[in-house]
Amino acid sequence: MTQEEIKASILDIISEIVPDEDTSQLDPDLRIRDQINLDSMDFLDIIMELRKRYKVEVPEEDYPKLATLNSCVAYLEPLLKDK
Amino acid sequence: MDYEYEVLIIGAGLSGLAAGIRLAHFGRRVCILEKQVRAGGLNSWYPFQGRILDVGLHAVTNYVPRSVKSAPLARILRQLRLSHDDLRLCPQRISRIIFPEKELSFTNDFQLLVQEIADKFPSQVDGFLKLTNSLADYAELSSPGREMVSARKVLKQFLSDPLLIEMLLCPIMFYGNCREDDMDFVQFSILFRSIFTEGFARPKLGMRQLIQLLVDKYQESGGELRYGCQVHKLIINQGRVAEVHLANGRIMQAKVIISTVGLPETRSLCSFWPAEAKEPKPGEIAFVESILMLDCLPSQSLGFETTILFYNDTERFVYRKPNGLIDSLSGVICCPNNYQEDEQMSTEGLVRLTHLANFDLWSRLDQDEYRRQKEHCLRESVEKAERFIRGLGRHIVACDTFTPRTIQRFTARQKGAVYGTPDKLPDGRTEIKNLYVCGTDQGLVGIVGALLSGITVANRWVLYGA
Repeated sequence: MTQEEIKASILDIISEIVPDEDTSQLDPDLRIRDQINLDSMDFLDIIMELRKRYKVEVPEEDYPKLATLNSCVAYLEPLLKDK
Repeated sequence: MDYEYEVLIIGAGLSGLAAGIRLAHFGRRVCILEKQVRAGGLNSWYPFQGRILDVGLHAVTNYVPRSVKSAPLARILRQLRLSHDDLRLCPQRISRIIFPEKELSFTNDFQLLVQEIADKFPSQVDGFLKLTNSLADYAELSSPGREMVSARKVLKQFLSDPLLIEMLLCPIMFYGNCREDDMDFVQFSILFRSIFTEGFARPKLGMRQLIQLLVDKYQESGGELRYGCQVHKLIINQGRVAEVHLANGRIMQAKVIISTVGLPETRSLCSFWPAEAKEPKPGEIAFVESILMLDCLPSQSLGFETTILFYNDTERFVYRKPNGLIDSLSGVICCPNNYQEDEQMSTEGLVRLTHLANFDLWSRLDQDEYRRQKEHCLRESVEKAERFIRGLGRHIVACDTFTPRTIQRFTARQKGAVYGTPDKLPDGRTEIKNLYVCGTDQGLVGIVGALLSGITVANRWVLYGA
């Protein structure tokens, strides 16, 4: 997957979890949870959706690396390059 | 070992369906075993003389509008991948608490209750606001080893007028307290929030619509649901559920078993119970309810606009198993027509009358006497309600009464105790390694509570990979 595809996929996952939130205005360098309403259960759902869709396992110690949209892309790029 | 299913869920009530939706959504092989021919459990529906009637549901508590995103209702909707619109909730108009000396009204706008208390209990309003700010949270419910804190004691620290304490306890106890006389303060807090801070609503087409929505979601996500499938025994071997024996003779196995049928009820399914584990006792709080169908709409023809009315005729509100078959000194009158928007579709009036009841006494009656007592109890209920709804008796075209015995027969809930045992298991873990309970006996009640309990058990013990 390309960076753009990964970004689109993450936004798609977020939209599925919080359909009422507008994800088009997200600043990619700010914490996602500061910009839209996501509680800790929702955040864990993002991790589980990644596992479900792409068989990607994100260990708990790496959760902070998924804080912003850009950091998500950077973290997932090597894991998703063949998907 | 390779199992046919990873998870078996006993009971397709709201908590079982919520757990099932979570597990199926994330690709787990899950099957729900439901002994009845339809889903819903304690909050379900049934056909009656050409109508569809709700069981259980007076109100969906915890109602908040779509814009309130941090509330429990919004959280469970996100977890179940449902939208607020899917539920088609119609908010209440107004509810009332009526005691001999005073009356309080409340709506889904909490400020109205604050104003009511300021008007009718001027010396208490500061204490009431302080109480509101010190309520416990859901998180505290699941803290392990927590001791019960008496809600009555805590209330006395904030409120000096015993009448106000009784009036606040009345709807809260009726809508979710499994204990006699007093209740746990954390439980009180959760119910206070769900009833007063948030509020009441009803799915536009009642429970059938809500259950169908959940069943569809579950099945679309890949979950399997078997009706008419009663669990007869859980065979325990080396501290685990090794086999699930069904009444039809089939034997099933799964890595994890989630039981929603109640803790004492689950315990009695187990072939073995560890000596160090407590023997859970069934609860004593049970109800009798009469559903009246009327030839008119109560708000248009009888001047009754209240959605839910809680009354109590004595100075102190007595919430315990009554000495007689029922206790009509207190009761709940729910009028589903008085939810907003209902009157555009309903032509028939509906009123539900609920009182505390004594299971043991009801269970001893033979069939003829049982029928006679049901009729007697109906007359007594209607007489009591006529004070509030004048002329009610003259407009009844059909009615149906159910007792704790009815509840036990249809749900397997021992003694018809709809709020379960006081011996709660907050985090859902039992002494049997792969057996979890969710639903009422986790300490979560109401429709939103039941859904939340199924979600948390599925998350914590299966999905988050504990």
